[in-house]
Amino acid sequence: MAHYTLQINGKSLEANVDSDTPLLWVLRDNLGLVGTKFGCGIAQCGACTVHVNGTAVRSCTLPVSAVGTNKITTIEGLSANGDHPLQKAWNEVDVAQCGYCQAGQIMTAAALLAKKPKPSAEEIDNAMNGNICRCGTYHRIHEAIELASNKL
Amino acid sequence: MSINIKTNRRDFIKLAATAGGGLMLGFQLTNSVASAMEDVSDAPVVTGTIDFNNYLSISPEGVVTLFSPNPELGQNIKTSFPMIVAEELDADWSKVKVVQAFLDAKKYERQLTGGSGAIPHSWERLRKAGATARYMLVEAAAKRWGVSSDILKTDTGMVLHPDGRKLSYGELATEAASIPIPTEVKLKDKKDFKIIGKAIRNVDNMDMITGKPLYGIDFYREGMVFAMIQRPAAFGMKLKSVDSTAAKAMSGIIDVVTFKNNVAVVGKSTWQVSKARKLLKIEYEAEGTIESSSDHDRILKELLDSKDAVVRRKDGDVETAFKNAAKVIAREYQCPFLSHSPMEPMNFFAHVRPDGIELVGPTQTPEAARTETGKLLGVSNDKITVEITRLGGGFGRRLKTDYVLEAAELSSIIKQPVKVIWSREDDMTGGSYRPAVRYRFDAALDANGNLIGYKLRGVGINVTNSTREDNFPSGAVDNLQIDSVEYKSPITTGAWRAPITNFLAFAEQAFLDEVAIAAGQDPVKFRLALLEKAKKTPAGAIKYDIDRMKGVIELAADKAGWGTKKDVSQGFSVYFSHRTYVAQVAEIEMKNGRPILKKIYAAADCGVVVNKSGALQQVKGGVVDGVGHALFGNVTFKEGAAEQKNFNSYRLIRIKEVPEVDVHFVDNGIDPTGLGEPALPPTGGAVANAIFKATGKRLYNQPFTKQDVMNGVNLGERM
Repeated sequence: MAHYTLQINGKSLEANVDSDTPLLWVLRDNLGLVGTKFGCGIAQCGACTVHVNGTAVRSCTLPVSAVGTNKITTIEGLSANGDHPLQKAWNEVDVAQCGYCQAGQIMTAAALLAKKPKPSAEEIDNAMNGNICRCGTYHRIHEAIELASNKL
Repeated sequence: MSINIKTNRRDFIKLAATAGGGLMLGFQLTNSVASAMEDVSDAPVVTGTIDFNNYLSISPEGVVTLFSPNPELGQNIKTSFPMIVAEELDADWSKVKVVQAFLDAKKYERQLTGGSGAIPHSWERLRKAGATARYMLVEAAAKRWGVSSDILKTDTGMVLHPDGRKLSYGELATEAASIPIPTEVKLKDKKDFKIIGKAIRNVDNMDMITGKPLYGIDFYREGMVFAMIQRPAAFGMKLKSVDSTAAKAMSGIIDVVTFKNNVAVVGKSTWQVSKARKLLKIEYEAEGTIESSSDHDRILKELLDSKDAVVRRKDGDVETAFKNAAKVIAREYQCPFLSHSPMEPMNFFAHVRPDGIELVGPTQTPEAARTETGKLLGVSNDKITVEITRLGGGFGRRLKTDYVLEAAELSSIIKQPVKVIWSREDDMTGGSYRPAVRYRFDAALDANGNLIGYKLRGVGINVTNSTREDNFPSGAVDNLQIDSVEYKSPITTGAWRAPITNFLAFAEQAFLDEVAIAAGQDPVKFRLALLEKAKKTPAGAIKYDIDRMKGVIELAADKAGWGTKKDVSQGFSVYFSHRTYVAQVAEIEMKNGRPILKKIYAAADCGVVVNKSGALQQVKGGVVDGVGHALFGNVTFKEGAAEQKNFNSYRLIRIKEVPEVDVHFVDNGIDPTGLGEPALPPTGGAVANAIFKATGKRLYNQPFTKQDVMNGVNLGERM
């Protein structure tokens, strides 16, 4: 067990965990930030996507010991009131079916738009191809990203 | 370990005063259940409300709370059910709160999610619930104003007097509660619907997109422990011995417990138990047959010639028809096992206490979860509560109760509240599968291309009846025989979205395409002619409505411009399942000599479309699911063990691989039927038939991408 002070959503949060614990499980089991989801554990589905210094990262394979003082953003910290342009677009387009993958989808999309506010349709699909939606809401995911991009 | 207590949901929920607020009804919560809600339940939204019936209550402040009894797994029931109640109530949708109800067999019927059955089963009941409350509110207003209720109208949460006066439902709630409940209520004329038929956004949208706890896996209770279970590595094996010394020595591990064929590692966090379980030294021994996919392939083929088939339907004289045929077409089709793979892995919370059992988690069948837990642990149903969380997908996997029973049994052994979590590998290797099935179809054509004989035999692994004997084209062929053979395997199978029809529809629609072309007829006209025949000279009883099936065929063909396009290859398919009719046209374009699946048109007849937004996505999602599993879905077994263990080897469709999907509804005003499943079955056939049109190659087996004829065919990438 080791003690970590993590920079998450603009706050310093403490956790006593095994050093190899993936950030995902520190968020979920120790910090109560359960918006970041467990889907596969091997960085294949994207449900666990968070931002590390603004880059989309799979938290299920990122050991907490490697996080250091890097700034972590989770879905809970993406915006103060759920009003990030992507969150608004996700609501407006009514994207979700079961909804389980959507936090990860939004985090991946947010990292894309932060770097490239006006991505092409192909760039959107390339960026989102690592995130699985088992319900098949891909059309609406694409549409919501375009909508948010147009409003940026 | 440090555990942060999460934000209490009730902090930002206004608790209405109970004094002077009329009846205080609603849920009676035990302390333990109430604290659990901090995590995943939205039950304590409003207190001090007046319950009009089991589906709705109204607070004096005007908040209408609608209880949604059935589990929500992405079929949008938690939005569409309350819409139906709100419609007849004439509620102000913007002031409605929707609450997922607990399991309550006394209050609700058929509190399960499966078979696309919730809407057709509940339609009238929900309408009456809303209309009854509306009646009582109107009568209360009539009493207050001293007028006849006949002159009063309602609109968006208000009772309106012809002179312009109005009273809100909140103002009337207390008085309305004392109005005798009517035995009969008048329902709205469908043309007056204001909420039904609109595109209403998912009621959980904000919670989902801001990361609020909603799902079973998000559930947390102070003092609970975490567990993962090592199950036998292969089907047909049982536990022989366990050495858990190394696992027990790991940090955070509380205990290792063995029950049935399970070895449960119990600890303080998910990661610690998942690490420790890898150190278990377990020996297994054979208990039943140990099967590989090569065995299944052989067995399925052999059983197509079995003498012990169960005849499901026999019309006319099949033998003579085939003897007299000018042309006979015989084809076989096979599908592999599939994993359900809902994105939220299996999990359940159980707390077995001396005085009762608390169960919390994602289940499609809360009532079965309770009954079977009670039976397993010898506890009566009235001492077991089931809190239904939102489900991160189901697809049939969560119709089974295995993962609930495991959690309950483990809690009873360790005498602690426990959340059991499955890894993705656990789910894919130890779960439940869409069974592998093989079909043989035979068609007899006369010299004029008329279909005079038809035979179908299905062989399914752990499937009693792999056919749908009263479905199309039954009724349209005078001489017809449909039978089935079952093979019993130790591999666990279960209902997978659109059970049986998820592959039968592909096989049948691909076969009929081939028969139509052999008969020298256009595939759409061929189907329409069969339906015409079924109408004029029906052969035996049928379970589908001929006109409704014709309706979707014509709508899909019209929207897709069937037969009028030069630059695309089109494939047609139509299927009736779960009371709903869906026809599809798939379009393939050649690009640099390679076919690309560009677009699928879908025409659906589910009667009234309750929620335009939800319904549209159900069809789109069903088509995407149908494309993905037809192209990629494949679980194979080697010596009893699934070879695909996670998404790196079990391929699911991704965003770049989805075609455009263009959805149209018939919306004929008939009482609505479900949409969770029916859009999926026709998809594989439409795609395969379009591939034939584009390449001249026929597909008989799934997944398509593993078939030799797909060499050089690239369907996996959208351009």
